Amino acid sequence: MEVRQEKRGLVEFKDDKVFTWPTLVAKEFLAAIFVTVGLLFYSYFVDAPLRELSNPGQAENPAKAPWYFLGLQEALVYFDPWYAGVVLPGIIVLGLILIPYLDNNPKGNGYYTFKERKFAVTTFVFGYIFWYVLIYIGTALRGPFWAFFWPWEKWTHDFPTPPPMHDLPLPLGIILMGGFYFAGLTLPALVKRDFFMKLGVIRYSLTMGLLLTMIGTVIKMVFRLAFNVKYIIATPWINI
Amino acid sequence: MKVIPDFLKKITDNEIWKSVFRHGYTDTPRNRALQIISNVWLHLHPAKVREHGTKIRFTWCMGGITFFVFLFETITGILLMFYYVPDVNRAYADIVDLMYVVPFGRFLRNSHRWGAHAMVITVSIHMFRVFLTGSYKPPRQFNWVVGVILLVLTFLLSFTGYLLPWDQLGYWAITVGTNMARATPLLGHEGPFSYILGMRPDNDVRFALLGGTTIEAPALLRAYVWHCIAIPLIASALMMVHFWRVRKDGGISGPL
Repeated sequence: MEVRQEKRGLVEFKDDKVFTWPTLVAKEFLAAIFVTVGLLFYSYFVDAPLRELSNPGQAENPAKAPWYFLGLQEALVYFDPWYAGVVLPGIIVLGLILIPYLDNNPKGNGYYTFKERKFAVTTFVFGYIFWYVLIYIGTALRGPFWAFFWPWEKWTHDFPTPPPMHDLPLPLGIILMGGFYFAGLTLPALVKRDFFMKLGVIRYSLTMGLLLTMIGTVIKMVFRLAFNVKYIIATPWINI
Repeated sequence: MKVIPDFLKKITDNEIWKSVFRHGYTDTPRNRALQIISNVWLHLHPAKVREHGTKIRFTWCMGGITFFVFLFETITGILLMFYYVPDVNRAYADIVDLMYVVPFGRFLRNSHRWGAHAMVITVSIHMFRVFLTGSYKPPRQFNWVVGVILLVLTFLLSFTGYLLPWDQLGYWAITVGTNMARATPLLGHEGPFSYILGMRPDNDVRFALLGGTTIEAPALLRAYVWHCIAIPLIASALMMVHFWRVRKDGGISGPL
């Protein structure tokens, strides 16, 4: 059987199968042993945390969710809880589920490659790193009252009052956000026509919508940090 | 001296031994295949696999390790259940007993706790590897979906366990976590547009999670039941689908 492989020309498809026993099973058992030894070793020397009996009258300060949710808790600094705690994780899970149906690039199926799927790998790796950076900030750099402390600073309750924040005027906010999504959806389609044509309207809109939401989340954080903007869009019903 | 070979032959060459082990161990292709397909646990694997799929530099072994840590957590979790009662008056004391009184209790609890963290890390690295190798591409799209759900379930498994020690750490972590639920659009009483459905603190989605408006006995029991029974069952069912589909979608992914 002949199979075309990129860059390597035509190669013979060879039956490269090996016996599972012992080639694979031996490695699996070894991995299981290493993991067990590692876990037990670590557990022997490091105690699991246990604080005082729970007391609803005395809040922990800072009160932190488990570390893997601290990226979302960190997002709470920049967004209202309905977005940071519910809609954003919802979009992340939905986006992850959609990946195989949005990415219709046939290349890079079953092997490591960056060249053949630059857009997909860049986007995913960026999101992955972003998630863990937020977790790192939330875990290591947030002290009492969720105030920011560098690793070399001592956590105190005596930190400067954060500067006052303001909302963008509603029309400006709507124009900015509408413009962001409008430009983000139309410009790439016009500039990179083959990208748009390959994906088709539905895949393209979903892909770009998700990507713009991820980038927009970063931009909102920059707006807050650089310009003390509390909300881009502030209404009596919903704030973004 | 023929004593030892004779003795070994006596052990293996009889009805009892042969009823347990259906094939010999002589290194023949036939026995290598039988080793996998005549064993209920190992026949999760095919008798032969593509060679690149056995390379650690390809798989990082992270999916397998995640599954193994899940088994590790099941065993340590069952042992912990012997010593722990999800009653607000007892839970904390039970954990303190585990740490100071129960033989190897501290070791047991530590390994369960660190195993939980390890599982969250390994499952996330597994997802990263699967993405980088493009293994979600056809025909494996649906198995990626199952995997994402398993990722979420791993988070929830760990999260529900966080409350069980009933200490300040868990109590306030769950407070922070579940307070998010009251901001759910439409369904949480502080969420946008929740007035449309008439949401109050005592009928919104957070109330359903906690079994009350505050974290008390019902919340502890719910966390316990979700943690020890419901989520492990759901996750096990989905793991079966996940592994089954790896086989049915053509085995380990690889270049064509």
